[in-house]
Amino acid sequence: MTDLSVSTSTPSHVAHAPLPEAPPKVTARNLNFYYGEHHALKNINLTLGTNRVTAFIGPSGCGKSTLLRIFNRMYDLYPGQRAVGQLMLDQTNILDPKLDLNLLRARVGMVFQKPTPFPMTIYENIAFGIRLYEKISKSEMDDRVEKALRGGALWNEVKDKLNASGLSLSGGQQQRLCIARTVAVRPEVILFDEPCSALDPISTAKVEELIQELSEDYTIAIVTHNMQQAARVSDKTAFMYLGELIEFDDTNKIFTSPGDRRTQDYITGRFG
Amino acid sequence: MASEHTAKAFDSDLQELTRLVAEMGGLVERMITESVDALIRRDVALGKRVVASDVEIDNLQRTIEERAVLTIARRQPMAIDLREIVGAMRVATDLERIGDLAKNMGKRVAALESDFQPLKLIRGLEHMTDLVLSQVKSVLDAYAAHDLPAAMNVWKGDEEVDAICTSLFRELLTYMMEDPRNISFCIHLMFCAKNIERIGDHATNIAETVFYMIEGQQMTDKRPKGDMTTFATTVPGN
Repeated sequence: MTDLSVSTSTPSHVAHAPLPEAPPKVTARNLNFYYGEHHALKNINLTLGTNRVTAFIGPSGCGKSTLLRIFNRMYDLYPGQRAVGQLMLDQTNILDPKLDLNLLRARVGMVFQKPTPFPMTIYENIAFGIRLYEKISKSEMDDRVEKALRGGALWNEVKDKLNASGLSLSGGQQQRLCIARTVAVRPEVILFDEPCSALDPISTAKVEELIQELSEDYTIAIVTHNMQQAARVSDKTAFMYLGELIEFDDTNKIFTSPGDRRTQDYITGRFG
Repeated sequence: MASEHTAKAFDSDLQELTRLVAEMGGLVERMITESVDALIRRDVALGKRVVASDVEIDNLQRTIEERAVLTIARRQPMAIDLREIVGAMRVATDLERIGDLAKNMGKRVAALESDFQPLKLIRGLEHMTDLVLSQVKSVLDAYAAHDLPAAMNVWKGDEEVDAICTSLFRELLTYMMEDPRNISFCIHLMFCAKNIERIGDHATNIAETVFYMIEGQQMTDKRPKGDMTTFATTVPGN
């Protein structure tokens, strides 16, 4: 009756149930990035799963925003910056110099740290982007604007003042307007670069809730300095340090028992 | 523990938690010793003192819990820090239960009126207490030192305690069948033996907490068990 065969030197345990694999949406292989001579990203290999939220954390200057900016070729705007390696969006090579950047950016939308509404009406803020890619009737446009504003969880707050300036909104509303604007062109991937760092806690909570809802339809990458935020909103977390990808795993695992000592030191506030 | 936090106050919060658990552990060890002493020597006054000291344990557990909750709210701990705090709370809960079991033995001292005092039984109880006490001491040391192998030794060492408890049960049953006047005494002693056995179980719980704190995962192995009291009977062959 007594089971003496149990080995206690290496007891078994409940591992965190790993997240099921999602089909890859964006895949980086041996990705390197240079700001002129400076080697900013070193051999990054990772996959963003379809409809998954992937968070990027790490101290300032670790390369997480740089990586995000490669995903939609934002760096192309600056001379002297170049990416080497492979970065695929489904079957499209993002780094292909012949790639139509406008089409790429329609597929990979981005939301920035500070809300950047255009100095025009709320309605036009949304319609502007759609018109760049599609020719549709006024009534169809009204539909799309409403859908986008609903997608940005802003519709109820602005439906009676669509002709007011986008700049008249509060900071949190402006950020959601920017998210709505991004959603309006029906991208496949949305990149968030510290989307809540200029927002108060309530607006932050709304944006976080929105990110969770958006993950049902989009693949999401988010750079954040707020680790609790990464823990709350993401499925996967990547920890970066000095241009290298140190650890990439399920968020539940990273924040409860990370595998790498450097990850642990960073998330528990023992760095430097 | 690992290197220091950038926020030094966080380190002192964690150290204070560990210190409080150690303090609670010291008190609980004393309670176990004294309750069994009181039982063996029929020292009613000592038994009452043990009962009274349980308040201190309860207060310490509340303090640990409040501080742990406050630290979680204030620091939003992650990974090893989070496990450290959850671990402190879990160990404090086990220690509080051990305190209750010792208190229960202290209460029973006053009820042991009979002159009947079979030496063999008393020795058995003493031996079991020594074992359990050393288990509790070792596991608290392992907790303080984050010593996984030491904690695992405690975890598998509980089997012997279980075995002694089972044999005590059998003996007590025999005494009760021999002479019904022994029943009251034997029943009380039986409860005490079971209490000590359960203190041993709490020590293994703490060992599992130490495993969780260090490894970041829960143990799922079945512990080797020797407690057969559920099947204890005086009819041979059953």
